Amino acid sequence: MSTDTPGSKATPPEETRPDAPSSAVPEAPAAAPTDPAAVTSGELDDAGEVVEGEAVGLAELAESPAPALEDQARGDLVATRQGLFGNTDTGDTSGFRGLQVSVVIDVPTERPYGGWFDEVVDILAEVLEDNGIAYGAAVRKVVVDRGELTLEIAREHLVTVCRLLRDEQDLRFDLSLGVSGVHYPEDAGRELHAVYHLRSITNGPRLLRLEVAVPDADPHVPSTTNVYPVNDWHERETWDFFGIIFDGHPGLARIAMPDDWVGHPQRKDYPLGGIPVEYKGATVPPADQRRSYR
Amino acid sequence: MGRGIEEQAPGFALGAIGDIVGLARKASMWPVTMGLACCAIEMMATGTPRFDISRFGMEVFRASPRHADLMIVSGRLSQKMAPIVRQVYDQMSEPKWVLSMGACASSGGMFNNYAIVQGVDHVVPVDIYLPGCPPRPEMLLNAILELHEQVKKAPLGARRDEIARRVEAAALAATPTHAQKGLLA
Repeated sequence: MSTDTPGSKATPPEETRPDAPSSAVPEAPAAAPTDPAAVTSGELDDAGEVVEGEAVGLAELAESPAPALEDQARGDLVATRQGLFGNTDTGDTSGFRGLQVSVVIDVPTERPYGGWFDEVVDILAEVLEDNGIAYGAAVRKVVVDRGELTLEIAREHLVTVCRLLRDEQDLRFDLSLGVSGVHYPEDAGRELHAVYHLRSITNGPRLLRLEVAVPDADPHVPSTTNVYPVNDWHERETWDFFGIIFDGHPGLARIAMPDDWVGHPQRKDYPLGGIPVEYKGATVPPADQRRSYR
Repeated sequence: MGRGIEEQAPGFALGAIGDIVGLARKASMWPVTMGLACCAIEMMATGTPRFDISRFGMEVFRASPRHADLMIVSGRLSQKMAPIVRQVYDQMSEPKWVLSMGACASSGGMFNNYAIVQGVDHVVPVDIYLPGCPPRPEMLLNAILELHEQVKKAPLGARRDEIARRVEAAALAATPTHAQKGLLA
Protein backbone atom coordinates (compact mmCIF):
# COMPACT_ATOMS: atom_id res chain seq x y z
CA MET A 1 0.00 0.00 0.00
CA SER A 2 2.81 2.39 -0.71
CA THR A 3 1.12 4.60 -3.20
CA ASP A 4 2.98 7.69 -4.18
CA THR A 5 0.73 10.42 -3.04
CA PRO A 6 1.74 13.78 -1.68
CA GLY A 7 0.58 12.76 1.74
CA SER A 8 2.80 9.71 1.78
CA LYS A 9 6.06 11.53 1.67
CA ALA A 10 8.93 10.23 3.67
CA THR A 11 9.23 11.02 7.30
CA PRO A 12 10.59 14.54 7.63
CA PRO A 13 14.03 14.80 9.15
CA GLU A 14 13.55 15.01 12.87
CA GLU A 15 16.31 17.51 13.49
CA THR A 16 14.64 20.12 11.36
CA ARG A 17 11.59 20.24 13.54
CA PRO A 18 11.94 21.84 16.94
CA ASP A 19 8.73 20.28 18.15
CA ALA A 20 9.67 16.73 17.32
CA PRO A 21 8.89 14.67 20.41
CA SER A 22 11.96 12.56 19.89
CA SER A 23 14.53 13.02 22.60
CA ALA A 24 13.81 16.22 24.41
CA VAL A 25 11.93 14.90 27.41
CA PRO A 26 13.69 11.98 28.94
CA GLU A 27 11.83 11.65 32.21
CA ALA A 28 8.17 11.57 31.31
CA PRO A 29 6.69 8.21 30.42
CA ALA A 30 4.00 9.98 28.44
CA ALA A 31 6.67 11.17 26.09
CA ALA A 32 7.20 7.80 24.46
CA PRO A 33 7.24 8.95 20.87
CA THR A 34 7.19 5.54 19.34
CA ASP A 35 4.05 3.74 20.28
CA PRO A 36 4.98 0.08 20.63
CA ALA A 37 1.48 -1.02 19.72
CA ALA A 38 1.53 1.10 16.66
CA VAL A 39 4.84 0.07 15.18
CA THR A 40 4.43 -3.68 15.31
CA SER A 41 3.28 -4.57 11.88
CA GLY A 42 4.20 -1.68 9.70
CA GLU A 43 1.44 -2.67 7.35
CA LEU A 44 0.54 0.84 6.54
CA ASP A 45 3.47 3.01 5.68
CA ASP A 46 1.51 5.87 4.23
CA ALA A 47 -0.61 6.62 7.23
CA GLY A 48 0.32 10.24 6.99
CA GLU A 49 -2.43 10.75 4.47
CA VAL A 50 -5.04 9.54 6.88
CA VAL A 51 -7.23 12.22 8.26
CA GLU A 52 -9.72 11.99 11.05
CA GLY A 53 -12.32 9.33 10.72
CA GLU A 54 -11.51 8.57 7.10
CA ALA A 55 -11.28 5.10 5.76
CA VAL A 56 -7.81 3.89 5.04
CA GLY A 57 -8.64 1.29 2.50
CA LEU A 58 -11.23 -1.18 1.43
CA ALA A 59 -10.94 -4.85 0.68
CA GLU A 60 -8.56 -5.75 3.44
CA LEU A 61 -9.39 -9.20 4.57
CA ALA A 62 -10.53 -9.76 8.10
CA GLU A 63 -7.48 -11.84 8.94
CA SER A 64 -4.94 -9.18 8.14
CA PRO A 65 -3.57 -7.23 11.08
CA ALA A 66 -4.84 -3.79 11.79
CA PRO A 67 -3.04 -0.95 10.09
CA ALA A 68 -0.53 0.70 12.30
CA LEU A 69 1.47 3.85 12.34
CA GLU A 70 5.17 3.64 11.98
CA ASP A 71 5.82 6.76 13.97
CA GLN A 72 3.97 8.39 16.79
CA ALA A 73 5.25 11.73 15.59
CA ARG A 74 2.93 11.50 12.64
CA GLY A 75 -0.11 11.60 14.83
CA ASP A 76 -1.99 9.67 17.43
CA LEU A 77 -3.51 6.43 16.28
CA VAL A 78 -6.48 6.42 18.60
CA ALA A 79 -8.57 3.68 17.06
CA THR A 80 -8.47 0.93 14.48
CA ARG A 81 -11.78 -0.45 13.40
CA GLN A 82 -12.94 -3.12 11.08
CA GLY A 83 -16.25 -3.60 9.35
CA LEU A 84 -19.29 -1.56 10.02
CA PHE A 85 -21.86 -1.17 12.73
CA GLY A 86 -20.29 -3.72 15.07
CA ASN A 87 -21.93 -6.59 13.31
CA THR A 88 -19.80 -9.62 14.12
CA ASP A 89 -22.26 -12.42 14.62
CA THR A 90 -23.92 -12.81 11.24
CA GLY A 91 -22.63 -13.42 7.77
CA ASP A 92 -21.28 -10.55 5.81
CA THR A 93 -23.61 -9.69 3.00
CA SER A 94 -22.57 -6.11 2.58
CA GLY A 95 -18.91 -6.40 1.73
CA PHE A 96 -18.09 -3.89 4.42
CA ARG A 97 -16.43 -6.48 6.58
CA GLY A 98 -13.12 -5.89 4.88
CA LEU A 99 -13.28 -2.23 5.66
CA GLN A 100 -10.48 -1.10 7.89
CA VAL A 101 -10.41 2.31 9.43
CA SER A 102 -7.57 3.95 11.27
CA VAL A 103 -8.42 7.05 13.19
CA VAL A 104 -5.38 9.26 13.39
CA ILE A 105 -5.61 12.61 15.08
CA ASP A 106 -3.22 15.36 15.98
CA VAL A 107 -0.85 15.06 13.06
CA PRO A 108 1.86 17.68 13.70
CA THR A 109 1.69 20.72 11.51
CA GLU A 110 4.66 22.20 9.73
CA ARG A 111 5.40 25.87 9.68
CA PRO A 112 4.01 28.27 8.76
CA TYR A 113 1.02 27.75 10.98
CA GLY A 114 -0.76 30.76 9.61
CA GLY A 115 -2.29 33.91 11.07
CA TRP A 116 -1.18 34.81 14.55
CA PHE A 117 -0.25 31.22 15.36
CA ASP A 118 3.38 31.63 14.32
CA GLU A 119 3.76 34.79 16.34
CA VAL A 120 2.35 33.24 19.47
CA VAL A 121 4.46 30.11 19.15
CA ASP A 122 7.58 32.19 18.51
CA ILE A 123 6.99 34.38 21.53
CA LEU A 124 6.25 31.37 23.68
CA ALA A 125 9.47 29.71 22.54
CA GLU A 126 11.37 32.88 23.31
CA VAL A 127 10.04 33.31 26.81
CA LEU A 128 10.49 29.62 27.49
CA GLU A 129 14.15 29.91 26.57
CA ASP A 130 14.39 32.98 28.79
CA ASN A 131 13.13 30.86 31.65
CA GLY A 132 15.65 28.15 30.96
CA ILE A 133 13.30 25.67 29.39
CA ALA A 134 14.01 24.25 25.98
CA TYR A 135 11.13 24.84 23.65
CA GLY A 136 11.11 21.25 22.49
CA ALA A 137 11.03 20.04 26.07
CA ALA A 138 7.88 21.95 26.89
CA VAL A 139 5.99 21.96 23.61
CA ARG A 140 5.85 18.48 22.20
CA LYS A 141 3.73 19.12 19.21
CA VAL A 142 1.99 21.94 17.39
CA VAL A 143 -1.19 21.03 15.60
CA VAL A 144 -3.24 23.38 13.48
CA ASP A 145 -6.49 21.77 12.56
CA ARG A 146 -9.65 23.41 11.31
CA GLY A 147 -8.18 26.81 11.95
CA GLU A 148 -7.45 26.10 15.60
CA LEU A 149 -4.08 26.00 17.28
CA THR A 150 -3.27 23.20 19.68
CA LEU A 151 -0.05 22.89 21.63
CA GLU A 152 0.76 19.63 23.27
CA ILE A 153 2.61 20.40 26.46
CA ALA A 154 4.81 18.16 28.56
CA ARG A 155 3.09 17.89 31.90
CA GLU A 156 6.14 18.88 33.95
CA HIS A 157 6.18 22.26 32.20
CA LEU A 158 2.44 22.83 32.06
CA VAL A 159 2.20 25.30 34.91
CA THR A 160 5.14 27.30 33.62
CA VAL A 161 3.68 27.42 30.14
CA CYS A 162 0.33 28.56 31.52
CA ARG A 163 1.99 31.23 33.61
CA LEU A 164 3.99 32.53 30.66
CA LEU A 165 0.96 32.49 28.41
CA ARG A 166 -0.95 34.49 31.00
CA ASP A 167 1.73 36.95 32.05
CA GLU A 168 3.80 37.66 28.96
CA GLN A 169 2.78 41.00 27.58
CA ASP A 170 2.55 39.87 23.99
CA LEU A 171 0.65 36.71 24.83
CA ARG A 172 -1.74 37.62 27.64
CA PHE A 173 -3.98 34.59 27.49
CA ASP A 174 -5.81 35.95 30.47
CA LEU A 175 -8.93 33.83 30.43
CA SER A 176 -9.07 30.10 30.93
CA LEU A 177 -12.20 28.44 29.64
CA GLY A 178 -11.71 25.39 31.75
CA VAL A 179 -10.26 21.92 31.72
CA SER A 180 -11.68 19.01 29.81
CA GLY A 181 -10.68 15.39 29.72
CA VAL A 182 -10.49 12.95 26.86
CA HIS A 183 -9.99 9.21 27.04
CA TYR A 184 -8.31 7.37 24.18
CA PRO A 185 -8.20 3.79 25.44
CA GLU A 186 -6.33 2.51 22.38
CA ASP A 187 -3.65 5.17 22.43
CA ALA A 188 -1.20 3.18 24.50
CA GLY A 189 0.81 5.22 26.96
CA ARG A 190 -1.22 8.34 26.21
CA GLU A 191 -4.68 7.25 27.23
CA LEU A 192 -5.77 10.32 29.13
CA HIS A 193 -5.65 13.84 27.80
CA ALA A 194 -6.32 17.02 29.72
CA VAL A 195 -7.35 19.86 27.44
CA TYR A 196 -7.18 23.54 28.32
CA HIS A 197 -8.71 26.33 26.29
CA LEU A 198 -7.15 29.73 26.81
CA ARG A 199 -8.58 32.96 25.50
CA SER A 200 -6.71 36.23 25.15
CA ILE A 201 -8.97 39.20 25.64
CA THR A 202 -6.15 41.70 25.74
CA ASN A 203 -4.63 40.72 22.40
CA GLY A 204 -7.77 40.23 20.45
CA PRO A 205 -10.02 37.24 20.43
CA ARG A 206 -7.28 34.67 20.32
CA LEU A 207 -8.13 31.14 21.32
CA LEU A 208 -5.44 28.61 22.11
CA ARG A 209 -5.70 25.02 23.15
CA LEU A 210 -3.22 23.21 25.37
CA GLU A 211 -3.24 19.47 25.60
CA VAL A 212 -1.46 17.23 28.06
CA ALA A 213 -1.31 13.51 27.45
CA VAL A 214 -0.61 11.12 30.31
CA PRO A 215 -0.70 7.35 30.58
CA ASP A 216 -3.52 5.62 32.36
CA ALA A 217 -1.00 3.97 34.69
CA ASP A 218 0.31 7.33 35.88
CA PRO A 219 -2.53 9.84 35.50
CA HIS A 220 -0.87 12.79 37.18
CA VAL A 221 -1.03 16.34 35.85
CA PRO A 222 0.07 19.39 37.83
CA SER A 223 -2.75 21.64 38.87
CA THR A 224 -3.07 24.99 37.14
CA THR A 225 -5.26 26.56 39.80
CA ASN A 226 -2.42 28.79 40.94
CA VAL A 227 -2.34 30.38 37.50
CA TYR A 228 -6.00 30.17 36.58
CA PRO A 229 -8.15 29.93 39.73
CA VAL A 230 -11.17 29.26 37.55
CA ASN A 231 -9.75 25.84 36.80
CA ASP A 232 -10.48 24.72 40.36
CA TRP A 233 -13.87 23.15 39.73
CA HIS A 234 -12.97 22.14 36.20
CA GLU A 235 -10.09 20.06 37.47
CA ARG A 236 -12.37 18.50 40.03
CA GLU A 237 -14.77 17.65 37.24
CA THR A 238 -12.01 16.15 35.09
CA TRP A 239 -10.84 14.11 38.05
CA ASP A 240 -14.37 13.01 38.73
CA PHE A 241 -15.16 11.87 35.21
CA PHE A 242 -11.76 10.78 33.88
CA GLY A 243 -9.60 10.04 36.90
CA ILE A 244 -6.84 12.47 36.03
CA ILE A 245 -5.15 13.43 39.29
CA PHE A 246 -4.24 17.11 39.43
CA ASP A 247 -1.30 17.38 41.80
CA GLY A 248 -1.36 20.46 43.94
CA HIS A 249 -5.07 21.09 43.65
CA PRO A 250 -6.43 22.64 46.88
CA GLY A 251 -9.21 20.10 47.27
CA LEU A 252 -9.51 17.46 44.60
CA ALA A 253 -12.91 16.02 45.52
CA ARG A 254 -15.59 14.70 43.26
CA ILE A 255 -17.90 17.38 42.01
CA ALA A 256 -20.67 15.76 39.96
CA MET A 257 -20.86 12.22 41.20
CA PRO A 258 -21.58 11.33 44.83
CA ASP A 259 -18.55 11.39 47.09
CA ASP A 260 -18.46 7.64 47.54
CA TRP A 261 -18.77 6.83 43.86
CA VAL A 262 -16.46 4.18 42.45
CA GLY A 263 -14.90 4.70 39.05
CA HIS A 264 -14.80 7.50 36.54
CA PRO A 265 -17.87 7.43 34.35
CA GLN A 266 -16.70 9.29 31.27
CA ARG A 267 -14.01 6.79 30.47
CA LYS A 268 -14.75 4.76 27.38
CA ASP A 269 -14.55 1.48 29.26
CA TYR A 270 -17.00 2.54 31.95
CA PRO A 271 -20.24 0.59 31.52
CA LEU A 272 -23.42 2.52 30.90
CA GLY A 273 -25.05 0.75 33.80
CA GLY A 274 -28.57 0.42 32.51
CA ILE A 275 -31.05 -2.02 33.97
CA PRO A 276 -33.42 -4.34 32.07
CA VAL A 277 -36.66 -2.62 31.15
CA GLU A 278 -39.80 -4.51 32.04
CA TYR A 279 -42.82 -4.36 29.82
CA LYS A 280 -45.98 -6.32 30.15
CA GLY A 281 -44.89 -9.81 29.31
CA ALA A 282 -41.42 -8.90 28.16
CA THR A 283 -38.05 -7.72 29.36
CA VAL A 284 -35.75 -5.66 27.17
CA PRO A 285 -32.07 -5.40 28.05
CA PRO A 286 -30.58 -1.96 28.52
CA ALA A 287 -29.53 -0.09 25.43
CA ASP A 288 -25.81 -0.75 25.71
CA GLN A 289 -26.36 -4.51 25.78
CA ARG A 290 -28.72 -4.84 22.86
CA ARG A 291 -26.01 -4.60 20.22
CA SER A 292 -22.58 -3.19 19.89
CA TYR A 293 -22.53 0.37 18.71
CA ARG A 294 -19.56 2.10 17.26
CA MET B 1 -90.27 37.52 53.45
CA GLY B 2 -87.84 34.74 53.31
CA ARG B 3 -86.61 33.39 56.54
CA GLY B 4 -83.03 32.99 57.58
CA ILE B 5 -81.44 29.62 58.06
CA GLU B 6 -81.60 30.04 61.80
CA GLU B 7 -85.31 29.97 61.62
CA GLN B 8 -85.41 26.75 59.65
CA ALA B 9 -85.88 23.49 61.36
CA PRO B 10 -82.54 22.08 62.41
CA GLY B 11 -81.18 19.73 59.77
CA PHE B 12 -78.81 16.80 60.00
CA ALA B 13 -75.91 15.77 57.85
CA LEU B 14 -74.54 12.35 58.66
CA GLY B 15 -71.17 11.15 57.51
CA ALA B 16 -67.71 10.12 58.55
CA ILE B 17 -65.37 12.72 59.90
CA GLY B 18 -62.88 11.57 57.31
CA ASP B 19 -65.08 12.92 54.53
CA ILE B 20 -64.97 16.39 55.98
CA VAL B 21 -61.28 16.23 56.65
CA GLY B 22 -60.58 14.89 53.19
CA LEU B 23 -62.62 17.66 51.63
CA ALA B 24 -60.67 20.25 53.57
CA ARG B 25 -57.29 18.67 52.79
CA LYS B 26 -57.80 18.33 49.08
CA ALA B 27 -59.02 21.90 48.76
CA SER B 28 -55.93 23.34 50.36
CA MET B 29 -52.77 21.63 49.17
CA TRP B 30 -49.37 23.24 49.44
CA PRO B 31 -46.82 21.98 46.95
CA VAL B 32 -43.17 22.25 47.81
CA THR B 33 -40.90 24.16 45.45
CA MET B 34 -38.71 21.49 43.96
CA GLY B 35 -37.89 21.38 40.28
CA LEU B 36 -35.37 18.83 39.07
CA ALA B 37 -35.32 19.13 35.29
CA CYS B 38 -37.35 20.09 32.26
CA CYS B 39 -40.63 18.86 33.77
CA ALA B 40 -40.22 21.68 36.28
CA ILE B 41 -40.77 24.17 33.46
CA GLU B 42 -44.15 22.63 32.78
CA MET B 43 -44.83 22.59 36.51
CA MET B 44 -44.08 26.31 36.67
CA ALA B 45 -46.25 26.88 33.63
CA THR B 46 -49.05 25.18 35.53
CA GLY B 47 -48.82 27.95 38.08
CA THR B 48 -49.25 30.69 35.51
CA PRO B 49 -52.60 32.41 34.92
CA ARG B 50 -53.09 30.57 31.66
CA PHE B 51 -53.44 27.22 33.38
CA ASP B 52 -54.25 28.67 36.76
CA ILE B 53 -53.58 26.04 39.36
CA SER B 54 -55.08 28.39 41.93
CA ARG B 55 -58.52 27.24 40.83
CA PHE B 56 -57.80 24.21 42.98
CA GLY B 57 -56.50 25.99 46.02
CA MET B 58 -52.80 25.41 45.54
CA GLU B 59 -51.26 28.33 43.72
CA VAL B 60 -48.58 28.96 46.32
CA PHE B 61 -45.49 26.77 46.06
CA ARG B 62 -43.82 26.75 49.43
CA ALA B 63 -40.07 27.12 49.60
CA SER B 64 -39.94 25.23 52.87
CA PRO B 65 -40.90 21.57 53.00
CA ARG B 66 -42.24 22.17 56.52
CA HIS B 67 -44.99 24.29 55.01
CA ALA B 68 -45.86 21.82 52.29
CA ASP B 69 -47.78 18.60 51.99
CA LEU B 70 -47.36 17.78 48.30
CA MET B 71 -44.08 17.01 46.61
CA ILE B 72 -44.11 17.12 42.82
CA VAL B 73 -40.98 15.30 41.70
CA SER B 74 -40.55 16.99 38.35
CA GLY B 75 -37.69 15.56 36.37
CA ARG B 76 -35.01 12.91 36.40
CA LEU B 77 -33.59 12.16 39.81
CA SER B 78 -29.83 11.70 39.81
CA GLN B 79 -28.10 9.44 42.27
CA LYS B 80 -26.52 12.44 43.89
CA MET B 81 -29.83 14.26 44.28
CA ALA B 82 -31.64 11.25 45.71
CA PRO B 83 -30.66 11.73 49.37
CA ILE B 84 -31.62 15.39 49.13
CA VAL B 85 -35.06 14.59 47.78
CA ARG B 86 -35.52 12.07 50.54
CA GLN B 87 -34.51 14.68 53.09
CA VAL B 88 -37.01 17.15 51.70
CA TYR B 89 -39.66 14.46 51.88
CA ASP B 90 -38.74 13.62 55.46
CA GLN B 91 -38.99 17.28 56.44
CA MET B 92 -42.54 17.57 55.18
CA SER B 93 -45.13 17.12 57.86
CA GLU B 94 -47.80 14.44 57.72
CA PRO B 95 -50.06 14.01 55.90
CA LYS B 96 -48.03 14.32 52.71
CA TRP B 97 -48.28 13.12 49.17
CA VAL B 98 -45.85 12.59 46.32
CA LEU B 99 -46.62 13.12 42.67
CA SER B 100 -44.11 11.58 40.27
CA MET B 101 -44.20 13.88 37.27
CA GLY B 102 -42.97 12.63 33.90
CA ALA B 103 -41.36 9.49 32.54
CA CYS B 104 -37.98 10.08 34.14
CA ALA B 105 -39.30 10.53 37.65
CA SER B 106 -41.61 7.55 37.25
CA SER B 107 -39.24 5.02 35.69
CA GLY B 108 -35.94 6.65 34.77
CA GLY B 109 -37.34 7.42 31.34
CA MET B 110 -34.76 7.72 28.61
CA PHE B 111 -31.94 7.78 31.16
CA ASN B 112 -31.41 4.09 31.70
CA ASN B 113 -27.91 4.44 33.07
CA TYR B 114 -25.77 4.56 36.16
CA ALA B 115 -26.41 8.20 36.96
CA ILE B 116 -30.19 8.29 37.30
CA VAL B 117 -32.44 6.65 39.87
CA GLN B 118 -34.78 4.40 37.90
CA GLY B 119 -37.95 5.81 39.37
CA VAL B 120 -38.35 7.97 42.46
CA ASP B 121 -40.37 5.21 44.11
CA HIS B 122 -36.97 3.76 44.98
CA VAL B 123 -36.56 6.73 47.30
CA VAL B 124 -39.97 8.06 48.35
CA PRO B 125 -43.45 6.51 48.32
CA VAL B 126 -45.33 7.74 45.28
CA ASP B 127 -49.06 8.36 45.36
CA ILE B 128 -49.66 9.10 41.72
CA TYR B 129 -47.60 8.67 38.56
CA LEU B 130 -47.92 11.08 35.69
CA PRO B 131 -46.55 9.91 32.31
CA GLY B 132 -45.30 12.22 29.61
CA CYS B 133 -42.04 13.69 28.42
CA PRO B 134 -42.74 16.24 29.66
CA PRO B 135 -46.42 16.19 30.55
CA ARG B 136 -48.40 19.21 29.49
CA PRO B 137 -49.72 21.46 32.26
CA GLU B 138 -53.19 20.11 31.55
CA MET B 139 -51.89 16.63 32.30
CA LEU B 140 -50.38 17.82 35.55
CA LEU B 141 -53.68 19.45 36.46
CA ASN B 142 -55.44 16.18 35.70
CA ALA B 143 -53.00 14.26 37.86
CA ILE B 144 -53.54 16.74 40.67
CA LEU B 145 -57.29 16.37 40.37
CA GLU B 146 -56.92 12.60 40.48
CA LEU B 147 -54.76 13.02 43.55
CA HIS B 148 -57.47 15.21 45.05
CA GLU B 149 -59.90 12.35 44.62
CA GLN B 150 -57.50 10.07 46.47
CA VAL B 151 -57.04 12.59 49.24
CA LYS B 152 -60.76 13.17 49.55
CA LYS B 153 -61.38 9.48 50.06
CA ALA B 154 -58.34 8.80 52.17
CA PRO B 155 -59.26 7.18 55.47
CA LEU B 156 -58.13 8.56 58.78
CA GLY B 157 -56.25 7.17 61.73
CA ALA B 158 -55.78 3.48 62.32
CA ARG B 159 -57.79 2.57 59.25
CA ARG B 160 -55.33 4.45 57.08
CA ASP B 161 -52.42 2.45 58.44
CA GLU B 162 -54.26 -0.79 57.97
CA ILE B 163 -55.10 0.01 54.37
CA ALA B 164 -51.54 1.03 53.66
CA ARG B 165 -50.31 -2.29 55.03
CA ARG B 166 -52.79 -4.19 52.90
CA VAL B 167 -51.80 -2.29 49.79
CA GLU B 168 -48.17 -3.04 50.39
CA ALA B 169 -48.85 -6.73 50.97
CA ALA B 170 -50.87 -6.90 47.78
CA ALA B 171 -48.12 -5.20 45.84
CA LEU B 172 -45.55 -7.63 47.14
CA ALA B 173 -47.69 -10.59 46.14
CA ALA B 174 -48.59 -9.22 42.73
CA THR B 175 -47.27 -10.71 39.52
CA PRO B 176 -44.26 -8.77 38.25
CA THR B 177 -44.82 -6.79 35.10
CA HIS B 178 -42.56 -8.87 32.93
CA ALA B 179 -44.35 -12.05 34.01
CA GLN B 180 -47.77 -10.75 33.11
CA LYS B 181 -49.40 -12.04 29.97
CA GLY B 182 -50.53 -9.25 27.75
CA LEU B 183 -50.41 -8.20 24.17
CA LEU B 184 -46.69 -8.65 24.02
CA ALA B 185 -46.56 -12.16 25.45
